[in-house]
Amino acid sequence: MQNKIEKQIELQAPVARVWRALTDYREFGAWFRVALEGPFVAGKVTRGQVLYRGFEHLVWEASIVKMEPERLFSFTWAQIRYHDKERYSPDYAGAPRTLVEFRLEETATGTLLTVTESGFENVPAEWREQAMRENDGGWTAQVKNIESYVAQKR
Amino acid sequence: MSRRSAKRAPEPNAPQALLFAALGNRTRLALIAKLGAGRPSSIAQLTAGTRLTRQAVTKHLRALQRAGIVRSARAGRERRFVLELQPIEEMQAYLERVSRQWDRALLRLKAFVED
Repeated sequence: MQNKIEKQIELQAPVARVWRALTDYREFGAWFRVALEGPFVAGKVTRGQVLYRGFEHLVWEASIVKMEPERLFSFTWAQIRYHDKERYSPDYAGAPRTLVEFRLEETATGTLLTVTESGFENVPAEWREQAMRENDGGWTAQVKNIESYVAQKR
Repeated sequence: MSRRSAKRAPEPNAPQALLFAALGNRTRLALIAKLGAGRPSSIAQLTAGTRLTRQAVTKHLRALQRAGIVRSARAGRERRFVLELQPIEEMQAYLERVSRQWDRALLRLKAFVED
């Protein structure tokens, strides 16, 4: 069993475009579905409101690790123990964190993006709540929403 | 394992770390494969046909027990070991959920940058 998730996707867009979509906090928020309060800065924490219907009470918090222009963007991501309103706490001190890394490579047709998430050994079984991660219907609907939103905007 | 059910703040080295560590070793994976055959096995049975000493097998079994993926039960004078797959399956299911979430997020990113 791999202690890491790795994803690769070919994007028909220049590396500079992909870099902006990843590291401009407004653009990141648009496709990742989070309303961030401020820009990503290496060594700093960024927070924002989750934009999934039913989960708007959640605060997304990431601590930016590396920003190597057009090559590597990484952050650690505070895991949330309880997603329901009653038990949720926005205090992430001591919360387990996973590391997310985006790597960009130029290809003949655009950009090869590799995403890895690691550090799952830090997440105790009791913390692996499924609510957010399994919101399948919601996600599918959101994909459609964002696609039409983006299509209008550009 | 009472530790696993206890409600408390997370420990960075909680059973998850032990689980991955336990699975990240060839000898232990070989032991798991042997136990995977199904019936409870004694240390003697698990040692037979390998180049390992009894002590080595005992040590690795202990690591697997700490990770919660092997249980032992006494059968007469002997101790028998069985595989406990639930923690592995739970972790696998969790990683698959996270993986699907990334698939969906990356499709949104693709639509966003390619439009």
